[in-house]
Amino acid sequence: MTNPKVASMRDAIADLVRDGDTVAIEGFTHLISFAAGHEIIRQRKRDLTLARLTPDLIYDQMIAAGVARKLIFSWLGNPGVGGLGAIRRRIETGDPAPLEVEEYSHFGMVGRYTAGAANLPFFPLRSYFETDLPVVNPLIREIESPYGDGKVYAVPPLKPDVTIIHAQRADAAGNTQVWGLLGCQKEAAFAADRVIVVVEELVDEAVIRADPNRTIIPGLIVDAVVVEPFGAHPSYVQGAYDRDNQFYLDWDAITRDEGSIQAWLRDWVYDLDGRTAYVDKLGPDRVASLRPAAAAPSGSVDYGQYT
Amino acid sequence: MTAAVHGSAFSKSEMMIVAAARELAGQRVCFVGVGLPNIAVNLAQRTVAPDLELVYEAGVFGARPARLPLSIGDPTIVTGSTAAVSMYELFSFYLQGGLIDVGFLGAAQIDRFGNINTTVIGDYERPTTRLPGSGGACEIAINARQVFVIMRQSARSFVEKIDFRTSPGNLGGAEQAERIRREGGWLGRGPSVVVTDLGTWHFDDDCEMRLDSLHPGATLDDVRATIGWQPRIAGSLASTAPPTDAELRLIREELDPGGAYTR
Repeated sequence: MTNPKVASMRDAIADLVRDGDTVAIEGFTHLISFAAGHEIIRQRKRDLTLARLTPDLIYDQMIAAGVARKLIFSWLGNPGVGGLGAIRRRIETGDPAPLEVEEYSHFGMVGRYTAGAANLPFFPLRSYFETDLPVVNPLIREIESPYGDGKVYAVPPLKPDVTIIHAQRADAAGNTQVWGLLGCQKEAAFAADRVIVVVEELVDEAVIRADPNRTIIPGLIVDAVVVEPFGAHPSYVQGAYDRDNQFYLDWDAITRDEGSIQAWLRDWVYDLDGRTAYVDKLGPDRVASLRPAAAAPSGSVDYGQYT
Repeated sequence: MTAAVHGSAFSKSEMMIVAAARELAGQRVCFVGVGLPNIAVNLAQRTVAPDLELVYEAGVFGARPARLPLSIGDPTIVTGSTAAVSMYELFSFYLQGGLIDVGFLGAAQIDRFGNINTTVIGDYERPTTRLPGSGGACEIAINARQVFVIMRQSARSFVEKIDFRTSPGNLGGAEQAERIRREGGWLGRGPSVVVTDLGTWHFDDDCEMRLDSLHPGATLDDVRATIGWQPRIAGSLASTAPPTDAELRLIREELDPGGAYTR
């Protein structure tokens, strides 16, 4: 039986991402769905609001491609390497197009997704005191504790129209398991109206049910499951492949020049019809070089059978 | 740029990293920031603070990285760690819950009271330079028990007035900082150490930065030429001990063999 949730990337993006949407491709350094971002570029979506703690290379690429009008974020950079030129130019000079920004701290962004997922009007946190962040972002507001024990700051819920996450595995119903850094994918997915899960591997439901503690997202809230091995490259997937740090270093040069970015987008996004072609273009040697040096399996646990 | 002391040459960056690592002696739980803090803390775990628990904002407690993490989200911080948790748990329970002894931050600009800017140079709306922003730094500065800063010293970075306050330090001085921390119920007592490529600074009773130790090869003229205010110099100014062969070997062979941070 074919489950209607299992879809091609092309169909999932075409059906579930609409012009003007707020889109969150989450995953903190780990499990970033570059494959979905590239498909959004190829389909020339427009006027998106892009939310992510760390815009990373994928939002630099998407913003250079003109899909977004606004960015919601908490740390803007090429992690461990440098800056994101396409985004910086748009903020610093408005060239070639202005970009609206809404800025928080990491905890603020995590709190926003948490409030969105839990259907709360705000998330309280002990941050932002005596800083300029609430000055430039009036959505960060000081509130009095209703119990008379001082002030905290509040951030509003963030409910993306679409959240897209990459994971090690899911079953055809969208029950999704992740290991390694968990970031805030769970919160971002539960907060969203629509959810796309992209996985390295589609597994049988029994695999999921054998290890329920590892499930971060239930199929109940998932609209599409896309099987796209190596879909997080140049970011990484714990246990499957490492970050392609050479690519992050290369991007530091590419992003300094708008022409270089557009040439890269042509060669690696527009001229390819999907991730399979991208992986072919990378070549087997590059792919092989990113595999972990050795296996490091977890011990297994016994859940017990209770009849 | 190297100085030869006791027979072994080392760079200013290596001296800075070593001095920062030594400041972590005796500390238990350290929240690690990206870049220079990352290498300094990893060096400390291999030298003066073997029991140091490394906490990464990406959601790891008790990391034992087998290589220098390329970023603060590297897979090597997960494998072999004590706990991999969601960022919600990390920020809510570990940081805001008061378990972090030292938050280790970098900065683009810092003032004499240790207030930090990592957001913009110039005007916020149309900045001369758009910097990365807070990340977790703002809440680390408020909730970690104390804050260590590691950064290169220059007239552009050590300024009389920072362009944007991303992370609060000692605000306008001791009186204001102590009152606001007390009234606000902050867990942290703010910045306590600033390590630069020229020396090591601590904070006086009035919460202003004081140069306590000058690194080998650096002079007070260098310090004065790279700071936007009249610096306070300790009466008993010390000379920082140069890196040992063991520290240099760890940096060059294990932590940063490519020299990305240390050249």
